[in-house]
Amino acid sequence: MPSFTSVINLFAALFLLVAFAMLSQRRLANLINLYAWQGAILSLGIATTAYGTGNTHLYASAALNGILKILVVPILLRRLVRRLDVQWDRESLVRIPTTMLIGLALVIFAFNASLPIAGLAHTVNHETVGIALASVLLSLLMMILRTTALSQVIGFLALENGLIFAATSVTYGMPMVIEFGIALDVIVGVFILGVFFFHIREQFDSLDLNRIEGRED
Amino acid sequence: MNVPIGLPLGLVLGALTLWILVAFASLLIPRVPRIAPAIFPLGAVGALLTAFAGALALGGPPIQMVLPWGLPGLPFHIRLDALSGFFLVLSGITTCAISLDLAGYRQREHYPAAARIGLQYHILLASVALIFIADDAYLFMIAWEAMALSSYFLVVTDHRTAAVREAGFLYLLIEHVGALAILVAFGILASRAAPGTPLAYSFGALHAAAPGPMMAGVVFVLALIGFGAKAGLLPLHVWLPEAHPVAPSPISALLSGVLLKVGIYGLLRVVFTLLPAPAPWWGVTVLVVGLATALFGALLSAVQSDMKRLLAYSSVENIGLIAAGIGLALLFLAYGLTVLAALALIAALYHSLNHAFFKSLLFLGTGSVLHATGERNLGRLGGLIHRMPQTALGMLIGTLAIAGVPPLNGFVSEWLMLQAFLKATALPRPYLAMAIPLGAALTALVAGLAAYVMVKFYGIVFLGRPREARLASATESGVWERAALGMLAVFCVAAGLLPAYIIALIRPVAHLLTGAGGRTAVATGGPAADIVVAHAAYVPSVLWAALAAVGLVGVLLVRARHPRSMRRAPVWNCGYPVLTARMQDTAEGFGQPIRHIFTSFLRIRRLRPGPDDPEPRYESVVEDRLWYVLYLPLARGFQAVFDKARLLRHRRIAIYLLYTLATLVILLAFAP
Repeated sequence: MPSFTSVINLFAALFLLVAFAMLSQRRLANLINLYAWQGAILSLGIATTAYGTGNTHLYASAALNGILKILVVPILLRRLVRRLDVQWDRESLVRIPTTMLIGLALVIFAFNASLPIAGLAHTVNHETVGIALASVLLSLLMMILRTTALSQVIGFLALENGLIFAATSVTYGMPMVIEFGIALDVIVGVFILGVFFFHIREQFDSLDLNRIEGRED
Repeated sequence: MNVPIGLPLGLVLGALTLWILVAFASLLIPRVPRIAPAIFPLGAVGALLTAFAGALALGGPPIQMVLPWGLPGLPFHIRLDALSGFFLVLSGITTCAISLDLAGYRQREHYPAAARIGLQYHILLASVALIFIADDAYLFMIAWEAMALSSYFLVVTDHRTAAVREAGFLYLLIEHVGALAILVAFGILASRAAPGTPLAYSFGALHAAAPGPMMAGVVFVLALIGFGAKAGLLPLHVWLPEAHPVAPSPISALLSGVLLKVGIYGLLRVVFTLLPAPAPWWGVTVLVVGLATALFGALLSAVQSDMKRLLAYSSVENIGLIAAGIGLALLFLAYGLTVLAALALIAALYHSLNHAFFKSLLFLGTGSVLHATGERNLGRLGGLIHRMPQTALGMLIGTLAIAGVPPLNGFVSEWLMLQAFLKATALPRPYLAMAIPLGAALTALVAGLAAYVMVKFYGIVFLGRPREARLASATESGVWERAALGMLAVFCVAAGLLPAYIIALIRPVAHLLTGAGGRTAVATGGPAADIVVAHAAYVPSVLWAALAAVGLVGVLLVRARHPRSMRRAPVWNCGYPVLTARMQDTAEGFGQPIRHIFTSFLRIRRLRPGPDDPEPRYESVVEDRLWYVLYLPLARGFQAVFDKARLLRHRRIAIYLLYTLATLVILLAFAP
C-alpha cells in the first residue's frame, strides 16, 4: 500500500524535523511544546501504521503514547517549569550552527548504519528505521550539549520517543507488556526527576549543571 | 502428569501466606503493641505446618502445580517431591525452635529491632520454603535473591556498629557472586534446551536439555561455586566466621542450621536432578573440596576463643563432611553403584538433619549465655552450669551430639559416613578404591577434632569457676528460650535413638536422587535399606543397653568400695596459698596443642602483656590463612584496576553522555 507508506514517511520526516528543532531551541517553554508535537507525530505515525497493516494492538499503543506524550508529560513538565520559575530562562553556550552540522553528520551516519537493519525488517515502514535511529542520536546529542538539568530530561524523553518510533518501524512495536512498562517508567521518571530538581536547587541554588559540576564534594 | 493439588502443597502455601501476613503485621507493632507477643509463635506454627507437609511429601508421590503469577506468559512452577519434603522437614523443625527462641528474644529486646526482625525473618522463612518447592529457574532465583537480601538485613540487625556492617557486606558480596554463578548455570542449561521448547526455564525442560559432557561439566562447576558459596565450602567460607558472630544469636542459628542447608539442597537439586549422569571427576572434586573444608573448619574452630566464631568454623567443618558424603555419592553414581550412592547420600542427608538440630541448639544456647553475661569471649566465661542449669543441660546434649558421642544423633551420621567411605573399595578404579578409604581416616580425624572443640567449648563456658566477678549475676534464660533448647535437644536424642525411622524418612530422597533400585526396589523394601541394615548396621538399643550396663556396674563398684555417701570438702590446691578463678585452663591454653601441631595451617597473632602490666592478659588471635593468600591479593588487584578506571571520570555529565554516544556510534559503525 504505497499511499500509507508515503504518509508514514511524511510523519517520519516531520519527526526528524522536530528533533532538529529541539536541538536548536533555546527556550525551555518552547522545548516542551516541541516535545508535545513530537509525541503527537509519533502517535499519528503509529496510528497510520495500525490502519495500514491492520495490527489493532498498535491502536492501543498509539492511544497510550498520545495521552502520555501530548497531555500528561508536557503538563507535568510545564507545572514543574512554573514552580521552578524557569520558563523564561534561555540556554547559553549553545552554538547552533556547529550543533546543526554535527547533527547532520549523525543523521547521515544513522542512515548508513541502519541500512542492514532496514533490509532485515519485513515491515511496510522499514525505510523509517534510519530516521528513528537518527532521532535517537540527535536526542543524545541534545543531552550532551545542554547545560540545564531540565532540558537534559526533555532530551531523555525525546530519546525514548525515538526508541518507540524505531520499535514500531522494525517490528510493529514492542510487546504490549513492555510498552506499558516503558510508559510507566516515563511517568515515574518525570515525577522522580521533578522531586529531584527541587532538591538540586535547594542544594546548589541553581539547575545549571556547570555550576553543580564545578563544586568539589 | 498433573496430580490434583494435594494436602502437602496446600499446607506449604498456607504457611507461606501465614508468614507473609505475619511479616507485614510486625510492622504494625508500634501502633498495636498487643499483637507483638503473637508474632513469633505464629511463625512457629507456620514452620510446623511446613515440617508436617514435608513429612507427608516424603511418603507420597511428587506433586506439581503451575501458579499463574509472575509475569504474563511466564508462570511459576512449584513441585513438592521427596527432596523438597526432606528439606522442608529439616527447616520446619529447626525454624520452629528458632521462632520460639525469637519469641523470648522479642520480650527482652527493645521495639525497633524486634519489629525489623519480625518482618525480615518471616520473609526469609517464606523465601526458603519457596526455594524448596520451586520447580523452575525463574521462581528459584527470585526466592534465592529474596533469601539473600532478607538474611543480609537480619545479619546487620545491629547496623550501628562498623564491624557488623563490614561482615554484612562480605556476606552480601559472596552471596551475590554465588547467585551470579547459579544464574549462569541455569542460563547455560536453558540455552541447551531443544529449540522451541515452551517455558524453557522450568526444571523439567532444563533436565530434558541434557547438555554434552563438556557443558554439563561447566554447569556442575558453576553450581558447585554458587551453592558452595551459600553452604560455606572452601574457599568461599570466609563469610561464615564473620557473619555469625555479629548476627543476633537466633539469626546465627538460622544461618547455620537452615541457610547453609539451602546451599546443600541447591547442589543436590541441580547436580542430581537437572544434570545428566555425573562424570567421575565431579564426585572427586566435591569429595576433595568437602574433606579440605571439613579439616580446615575443624582446625580453625579448635583455636578460636570467641564462642560464635568457634561454632561458625564448626559449621564449616560439618558442611565439609556433608559435601564429602555428596561427593562420594556422585562418585558411586558415576560408576553405576547406585546402592552405595544411596548409602553415601543417606549419610550426608542424615548429617544435614543432625547438624540443623545440634548447631541451632548450640547457637540458641550461646544466645542465652550471651544475654545472661554479655560476653562472647570464652576467656571471660566459666562456671555457668551453676547459674543456668537448664541451659547447661541442653547445651550438654548439643555438644555431645556434635562431638559424635553415642547414643546421640551425631554418632549415627558419622558412622554411616565412615561406612560409606570404607565401601569405596568397590569402585572399579584401583587408585580411587585405594585412596578414598583414606578419607575415612580424615573423617575420623575431623570427628576427633570436633570432639576436642566441644570439650573446650563446654568445659570453658559451663564448668569450672566464673572467670569474671560479674558472671555471678548471670541468670537462667526465659521460658521461650528454654522451650526452644528443650525441643531441639529432644530431637537430637530422638534422631540418635531412632535411626531406623530417620533412615526410612530419608530413603525416598535417596531413591529419587540415585534411582537405586527403581520401582521394583520400592516394592521389595529397596536395596538401599538392605545395605544400610546389612553392612552399616547400628542398633542403638543394644548400644544403649551396653552403655547403661557399664555405667551401672561402675556405680555399683564405686558404691561397693566407698559405702559412705558424698561429702563436700575443700579442694586440694596443689599447695598454692590462694587459688583464683584465673588459674583455670583458658580457651587459648586448651587450644595450644592443636595450634602447635598445625601451626603451618594457621596464622597466629599473639598479644603479649608488657612486663609491668598490672592486669596481664595473654591473648592469641588465629586468623584465616586463606584470607591473606587469596582474598586480600584479589581485593588489591581490583583496587588497582579501579584506580586506573578512575582516570575516565571527569565529574561532568556531558562527558559521560558523550561516552554513551561514542559507544553507540562505534557499535553501530562496526556492526557486522
